[in-house]
Amino acid sequence: MPIYNLSINGKSITTSNIESDTPLLWLLRDELNMAGTKYGCGKGLCGACTVHMNGNPIRSCQIPVAALGEQNITTIEGIASDNKLHPIQQAWHDLDVAQCGYCQAGQIMSAVALLKETPKPTDEQIEQSMAGNICRCGTYVRIKQAIKLAAGIEDNTAKKMDYSLAKEVK
Amino acid sequence: MELVNVNRRSFLKMTGIATGGLILGWHVPKFAIAATLENPKALNAFLQITPDSQVMIYSPNPEIGQGVKTSMPMIVAEELDADWEMVTVRQAPIDPIFGRQSAGGSRSINTNWDNLRNAGGSAKHMLLQAAAEQWAVNANECRAKLGYIIHNPSGKKLSYGSLVERAANQNVPAPSDLTLKSFDEFTLLGKRIGGVDNLAIVTGQPLFGIDQHKEAMSYATFVKSPAYGAKPKKANLDEIKKLPGIKDAFIVKGAKTPRQLAHGIAIVATSTWAAFKAEKALVIEWDNSNAASDTYSEMKAQAEKLALKASSNQKLLNKGDAVTGLKNAAKTVSSVYSYPYIAHTPLEPMNCTAQWQDGKIEIWAPVQLPQPAIGLVSRITNVDPADITLHQTRVGGGFGRRLANDYVMEAVAIAQHVKGPVKYTSTRESDTGHDFYRPSAFFTFNGGVDEQGKITAWQEHFITMGGNKKANGPAGRRTTVFPAPLINNFELSQSIIKSKMPIFALRAPQSNGLAFPIQSFLHELSTLAGRDHLEFLLEVLGESKWLDEGNKDSLHTGRAAEVLKLAAKKSGWGKKLEKGRGMGMAFYFCHSTPVAQVVDLSVDENKKITIHKVTIVGDAGPIVNLSGAENQCQGCVIDGLSVVMGQEITFTNGVVDQSNFHDYPLQRMPGVPEIESHFIQSNYPPTGLGEPAYPPFAPAFCNAIADATGVRLTHLPINKLGYSI
Repeated sequence: MPIYNLSINGKSITTSNIESDTPLLWLLRDELNMAGTKYGCGKGLCGACTVHMNGNPIRSCQIPVAALGEQNITTIEGIASDNKLHPIQQAWHDLDVAQCGYCQAGQIMSAVALLKETPKPTDEQIEQSMAGNICRCGTYVRIKQAIKLAAGIEDNTAKKMDYSLAKEVK
Repeated sequence: MELVNVNRRSFLKMTGIATGGLILGWHVPKFAIAATLENPKALNAFLQITPDSQVMIYSPNPEIGQGVKTSMPMIVAEELDADWEMVTVRQAPIDPIFGRQSAGGSRSINTNWDNLRNAGGSAKHMLLQAAAEQWAVNANECRAKLGYIIHNPSGKKLSYGSLVERAANQNVPAPSDLTLKSFDEFTLLGKRIGGVDNLAIVTGQPLFGIDQHKEAMSYATFVKSPAYGAKPKKANLDEIKKLPGIKDAFIVKGAKTPRQLAHGIAIVATSTWAAFKAEKALVIEWDNSNAASDTYSEMKAQAEKLALKASSNQKLLNKGDAVTGLKNAAKTVSSVYSYPYIAHTPLEPMNCTAQWQDGKIEIWAPVQLPQPAIGLVSRITNVDPADITLHQTRVGGGFGRRLANDYVMEAVAIAQHVKGPVKYTSTRESDTGHDFYRPSAFFTFNGGVDEQGKITAWQEHFITMGGNKKANGPAGRRTTVFPAPLINNFELSQSIIKSKMPIFALRAPQSNGLAFPIQSFLHELSTLAGRDHLEFLLEVLGESKWLDEGNKDSLHTGRAAEVLKLAAKKSGWGKKLEKGRGMGMAFYFCHSTPVAQVVDLSVDENKKITIHKVTIVGDAGPIVNLSGAENQCQGCVIDGLSVVMGQEITFTNGVVDQSNFHDYPLQRMPGVPEIESHFIQSNYPPTGLGEPAYPPFAPAFCNAIADATGVRLTHLPINKLGYSI
C-alpha cells in the first residue's frame, strides 16, 4: 500500500497501512483514533464530518486520502490553541448549544471557517454557511446565537448560563 | 469517557471505606478540570464526596440529548445543597440500585424525582449529623449551604469534605425522616445550567457509542435484506473475504423477529471503510418467503377508499349520538386528513461495540433501554445476565429508535465469531431502510356546530396502517386525546390496513401523528362557527378540573387553559395582521405535560412560507434546568418543522424507497424561526418536555396557514403540495 505523508492539526503523520480510496473521515476515526469527526451520512449531505483543508471547510467523508497531498488538515481536536478554547467553542459551551451533541463538531468546524472568512456575518450569511450541517435535535437557534456571540454581534435573544460545570479552562 | 467503571460490588466496598488512587470521571487531555477525584467516599449509591469537597454524582439514565445527564444530578445537588461548581457528573453503571435506567416516555424526571431528592437529602442529613457530632451540638441548630454545614448560633462552618469521613459513619435516614425543600426554596433548580459534557463535546472528545476504541479492535457492518424480514440464501462470501482489509464474512441467522435480531450478513474488517466498501461488492440471494411485500401506494389507495366512509363497525368510542348531533347542527364540516410513515434518523448511526470471550459478553452501546438490552442478549445467547456487562455511552440521538436493541444484538452476534472486541457500525442507508417506523394513518372527520357556535357532534373514522386485529402502540388512537373526553356526542371508529412493515414508538408515540388531524379539525370547527380559536378552545375545556380525578397524569383543564392563555398573551394573539400573514394555535396534552403553541407566519403567492415566530408554553411543574427545557422546546418545534415540510417514508414490495438525507430531508438552518418558550411552573411534581412539546407544532403551523391563506392543509408532508420554507 502507498505511503502518505499528511499534516493533521499541525503534526506530520505518515501512514502506510491504508487503502488509497479511504476517506479522510475513516482515516481519522479508525486509523488515527481521532473520533471527534463524526460519520453521519457518508454522502456529504449532513456535515457531521466537516474538517478544514487549508482553513476551508470540507466533508471528510468525501475526500480520499490519496487526494490530500500535503494540505493542512484541521479537525475539531485541533482548533483550540495554547490550551484555550477557540471563541466558537467557548460560545458553544457558554450558550449550552448541544442537545445530543453528535453533530456539533461538524457545526463548530463550519462556524470557525465562516468567521475566518467573514468576521461579522449577517443572519443570512450565517444561515447559508451553516446550511450544509444538519442537527437532528434542532439546535439551530442556539448555533446562530453562538456564532453571533463569538463574532461579537449583539443578540438579545441569547441567554447565558447561570452556572456551567467546568467553565474555567486552565 | 469512563475510564474506570464502578460496579455494584466496588460500590458496596466503597461505602464508608476510603478508596485509594484516582477515579477518572472523563478524560479531557488538555483541559483537565475536576477530572480527578481523590479518596472519594460514597454517602449513598448516587453520590461521593472527596476530602477536598468535590462532589461526584452518578447520572443513572441514558443521555440521548434530552439533558438528563445534567438535570438528574441537579436534583441530587439541590437537596444536598452542594455547590454546583464542585460537582462532577458520571454516567452510572447499569445496576438495579439505580432503579429503571431508561430514556423513554419523557419519564426520567418525574419517575426519579423522589429518589434523586432523597439521595441528596439523605446525604445532607448525614453531613448535618456529622457536624453536630463534631461540634457536640444539636443537629437542628445547623443548616447546609453551598457545600458547608453552618452552626446557626455561632456561625461556625465546616466543609462537606472535612465532614465526609464522619458522615459516612452515620445511620442512613429513612426517606420518611427527611425534610425535603419546598419548591420555593430551590436555589439550583430552575436556573440555566450548561450540559455537563459540553466541554467534551466542543473539543471533540470521544463520548458516543461510535467513538469507542479498544485495543486490537475489529470493525464490522451488517447487511440486512432490502425487503423487510427476508433471509439470505447464499452470497459470494468467498469473494468478499478476499477483498482488502476483510477479515471475515458470514451469515447471521436472525431471531424470532428482526427487532430482536435480523437475518443478515456480517462483514468483519480492519476498518469501517473496508467493511462498507465490501458491502457494495456483496451479491446476495434472498429468501423472501417470509418477507414483507407491502407497497405504500396500494395501502394509501385502500385508505383513501376507506376514508370515503364516515365510520366503520369497529367503534373505539361512542358517546351520546354523533349522527343525530350532526343532523341537528346548524352547520357541518367534513374533512379527510393523513400523515405518512416517518423514520427516526438519529444522527449517530446505529452502532455497538462488543466482545464475547470466555463465556462473558461485554458491550459498549448507545441505547435508550440498557436493562432490556441485557435481557435480550441473554435470551438469545443463553448467556447468564450476570456474565453480560453493558456500558452506557452518550447517545447521538434517540427519538425512540434506540428503544429497540436490535443493533446491540447484531453486534453481539458478530462478536461471537470474532476474537477480541468488534465495533459494528450501520450505514446511513441501512438505518433509513431498516428502521421501525411511525405508521401512516388517515382520518375522516364530520363535525357540526349549533347556532351558538358550540360543537354538536364529532364523528371520526380512524384508518390506521400496521396493526393487526387491534391497532396498538404506535398505530393506535387513544380515546383520551383532547377534545374527545369533553365532547358529548363523539363517535370514533377504526379501520385497520394490515401490513408487515415494521413499526415502533417514535418521539411522543401516537401523539406525534394524532395531534395534527385532531387539533386541525378542531380549528376547522371554530372557523366554521366563526369564533376565535382561543375562546373556542377555552369553552371546550370548560370548568377547571382533572379529567380523571385523582390521576395527576390525566389532563387538567385548568392547567390547559392557563398554557393557552399565556401563549396567546406572549404571541400577541388577536393582533391585526397584514394580508398573507396568519397565526395558528394548537393545544396538546401527552406525557403529563400540557403544551400550547402559537405559530405566526406569512405565505406568499408561490407558497413560500416565512415563520416569524413560534411561541410555546408548557406546564411541566417546576423546571429543573431552564436551559435544558428551552432546548427541548426548540428541538421539538424544529423536529415538527422537518416532519410537516418534507418527511415521508414509502415502500415498494416491502422495500423502503428512501435511503439518506437527500430523499429523507431534515430541517436545516435556513427557515428556522425565532422560538420563544415560557413555562408555567405550577406546584405539581415536575414532568418531561422532550416529547410533549413536539405534537402541537404541526397543527399550530397548519392552522396558521389556514388563517393566512384560507387554505386548509390536510395531508403531510406539505412540500408535496408545493410549499417551501
